[in-house]
Amino acid sequence: MIEFSIWDIFRNLLLAGRWTVTLSLTAFIGGGLVGLLLLVGRLWATRAAVPGAQKAALVVSRLLDGYIVLFQGTPLLMQLFLAYFGLALFGINVPAWVAAAVALTFYTSAYLAEIWRGCVDAIPKGQWEAAQSLAMNFGEQLRHIVLPQAIRIAVPPTVGFLVQVIKGTALASVIGFMELTKVGTMITNATFKPFLVYSCVALMYFMLCFPVSMVARMLEKKLRNGR
Amino acid sequence: MRVELDFMAVLSQWPLLGIGLAWTIGLTVVSSLIGVLVGVTFAWARASGPAWLRWVVGTYVELIRNTPFIVQLFFLFFGLPALGFRLSPEMASVLAMVINLSAYATEIIRAGVEATPRGQVEAAQSLALSKMQIYTRVVLPPALKKVWPALVSQIIIVMLGSAVCGQISTPELSYAANLIQGRNFRAFEAFIIATALYLALSIAVRKLLNWAGSRFVFGR
Repeated sequence: MIEFSIWDIFRNLLLAGRWTVTLSLTAFIGGGLVGLLLLVGRLWATRAAVPGAQKAALVVSRLLDGYIVLFQGTPLLMQLFLAYFGLALFGINVPAWVAAAVALTFYTSAYLAEIWRGCVDAIPKGQWEAAQSLAMNFGEQLRHIVLPQAIRIAVPPTVGFLVQVIKGTALASVIGFMELTKVGTMITNATFKPFLVYSCVALMYFMLCFPVSMVARMLEKKLRNGR
Repeated sequence: MRVELDFMAVLSQWPLLGIGLAWTIGLTVVSSLIGVLVGVTFAWARASGPAWLRWVVGTYVELIRNTPFIVQLFFLFFGLPALGFRLSPEMASVLAMVINLSAYATEIIRAGVEATPRGQVEAAQSLALSKMQIYTRVVLPPALKKVWPALVSQIIIVMLGSAVCGQISTPELSYAANLIQGRNFRAFEAFIIATALYLALSIAVRKLLNWAGSRFVFGR
């Protein structure tokens, strides 16, 4: 049997932490892009649809609402299982990290789309109308007038949600992705020191998440004082 | 290629799904009742307790909110026996859910408590109400009313999080789905049905709690 010193445990967990960070960033960036598409789709459906396309707009907004309800109303673990077993159903042999990245991206996109919609809704209606009266089309209204203002209030909750994403990646251990939690479990099985190992794992997550939480809180305070 | 789905193979195991559903509901009810109660107490401690208590509760809240639920669960279930506290899977699940929810509930309720106008507390003091009476009768009802939607969302998040408890063999819904797919290898179908049940559950819980909140908790 190989003896593990505390340093060995810590070093292996640190190495595994790289995968937690990688998966978090992948899901956060991918989710951000998909979330942006969802947001624009929803705004288009509620604001820009020309008289002829109102039926299409209604369908789009229903679909997007359904997407968000679906991903916010079901466990992330089930989403991971479905991505893992669902893709395999089509004869694609998916590695755990692909399934995890796909599921976490969808999950993140649903939450970010909802957060950002709230931020866009907080922009007074007059801003849209003023932009419209300057003969801007929907894309221009969004790009030049609404989004620059919305982004300012969207940053703190978006950074705050990153914490949820980092914590969410811990579930990828269940489908066998070798990130922090999974490696922690494996080291536990090798060392029979669950208390020590899981304390270290928790500490690592805390060291990742706490600074992000602090930054989010600081940004929020700054925003509140700035107004 | 063709994909054949056989949902009947899963639905025929409905007694298992029923038991899983009942466990998920049970875990959620017990842990949200205790969790919110702890949250109310801790929110008081954080808003108007002595300095050391504020610090202790603040540290607790930050520790729990910045670590994943699954790690908290594994810590309780696998880590504590090393110290001589052996918990059954069900107990560990309830405890983890209570700990997790109470940390979030503390922050949510505190936000509502701090939004109470000073004048109301002073008015209550001038009527010679005790500290306890002021908190539970004057401060808490409007605070809960203000933060109820956030609290309901958090309870639903904890309920969905309970899917992880199947990993330590708590017999809840995701565990039942896992059991079924182990019997008939219909993994995708089993998880689709479990996911649909979770979705129905979260919609129902939101409706129920929104109604119950205005009816029983803060009244009128």
